[in-house]
Amino acid sequence: MPTKSFLQNSLLLSAVAAVAFSLPAQAQVSSVQLQEWLNLPTSTSHIGNVTGNAKAGAPVYRAYCVGCHGELGDGNGEVAQWLEPPISPKPRDFQLGIFKCRSTPTGTLPTDEDLYDTITRGLDRSNMPIWDTFTKVQRADLVAWIKHFSPRWQKQKPGTPIQIPPEPEVTPERVKAGQEVYGKVQCWKCHGVEGNADGPSASTLTDDLGRPIWAYNFTDGSRPKCGNTDRDLYKIFMTGLDGTPMPSFVDNIKADEAWDLVFYLRSLQPHNAYNAKERQISRQLGLKPVAMQ
Amino acid sequence: MKKRQYSKSAIILSTVVIAVFGVLCLNQKVSAAAEGSITGTVKLSGTPSHVRGIDMSKDPYCAKQHDTPIMMENVVVGSGNGLQNVVLYISEGLTGNEATAVPSDQPTFDQKGCQYIPHVVAMDIDQKFQVISTDQTTHNIHPLRNPMTGNIPWNKSQPPGAPPITSSWTAAEMISVKCNIHPWMHGYFAVVKGPFATSDRNGAYTIHGVPAGSYTVTAWQEDLGTQTQKVSVAGGKPASAEFTFAAK
Repeated sequence: MPTKSFLQNSLLLSAVAAVAFSLPAQAQVSSVQLQEWLNLPTSTSHIGNVTGNAKAGAPVYRAYCVGCHGELGDGNGEVAQWLEPPISPKPRDFQLGIFKCRSTPTGTLPTDEDLYDTITRGLDRSNMPIWDTFTKVQRADLVAWIKHFSPRWQKQKPGTPIQIPPEPEVTPERVKAGQEVYGKVQCWKCHGVEGNADGPSASTLTDDLGRPIWAYNFTDGSRPKCGNTDRDLYKIFMTGLDGTPMPSFVDNIKADEAWDLVFYLRSLQPHNAYNAKERQISRQLGLKPVAMQ
Repeated sequence: MKKRQYSKSAIILSTVVIAVFGVLCLNQKVSAAAEGSITGTVKLSGTPSHVRGIDMSKDPYCAKQHDTPIMMENVVVGSGNGLQNVVLYISEGLTGNEATAVPSDQPTFDQKGCQYIPHVVAMDIDQKFQVISTDQTTHNIHPLRNPMTGNIPWNKSQPPGAPPITSSWTAAEMISVKCNIHPWMHGYFAVVKGPFATSDRNGAYTIHGVPAGSYTVTAWQEDLGTQTQKVSVAGGKPASAEFTFAAK
């Protein structure tokens, strides 16, 4: 009996090993990734009082996300080859652990809420849809599953979100001061003097992987990639969009100036749900495009 | 019981002896570390074909800083075909303190005339470095590292008059750096472990602080790749290693 069970065990073990090693090897994964796969992901996510769990996220991911982001989360799903940047940005490679939309400083991992918000909001001017059709729990589960793809989450903690002071009242002085910031830190180099993405550096922009990418055009009615509330705009230029040419300005724009800049950026957008006051002020002031200094 | 106590004290005694011996050994290594060095010249054979002038007209400020157009710096050749900006470091053979000691000086990476000065800045793992800008135009500093090495990526702006950025890297890697606003701006953070040197305009270099021993020295050039050589350093004497890269 003992010999038989030993034989059985070793047979079983070698079968498991053969399956475990042959499957990921076919997909050409790194040794780090191989380890991730062999250790069943048990990571969780926390969004408010909702806890997401990776195992529950896996089937949702395989049903809805895998087509673009791929089984291994490397952004190489079946559909990815047909997406042509800059018109259609390529799907995110979750293995890199680099994300555009964060409340955390450049070079740090996003919070669970940041990833959750991106899923909920979708990414305008890309093929990433709005996924608010998922339940809150499903979205939280997806966040937990997405995190298991990159070894960064094993080694690092998400950054500490930047401090955002309460939003002040919009005044003509603030809109004007915001325009000065826009000129001073030279947003116009890429985003253009009127915010229509035709700055002198706009045509040569590439992302971290060398793919062409567009600067955001404030005037075409599209939503900024990482959200369109005042706080979203504040976060975008303060933290930067990692993986893209958009740098972090948190070391060079003071909190108060940052709100001024938000109000000025609003005035560049065509009429939307958020900017009636800023546009009115801009018209009354007769603001001219900033000068290229 | 007595026997056990005896063996206990023997263990304590031997631990103390080993510890003292270890400390002595380490100290010796530290004192020897200041002495030896590896020195030589890096040369280029043939003519570099990929070097061309840079058109800075997209940013008039940048163009104004130069009377004559500057050349790309991916291959810089000086007198006697000396090859500049080659990073030389010890890739094998470091064992003791010299492998983990981190230099306290902070190398500077300046953005001047819309160029990186120096074009390649070498540094140790965990050594602090500074990014400064003397330009009156906005730059963004965007290191494009391999995320799997453990180095953390970032992308920061430096408008005119911005304070220096102080940072460091946690893993050995040749990190390419670019400015998205000025696409011709391209340089390297060469992060290596242990003593290193960067070749000067004549291709000359000296790696200081190498204790006696046998090593593999690696010479890295951004376009021409790497070369290695075995070098033996005798206590206190400079050993030499000459490198020649063939132009592509």
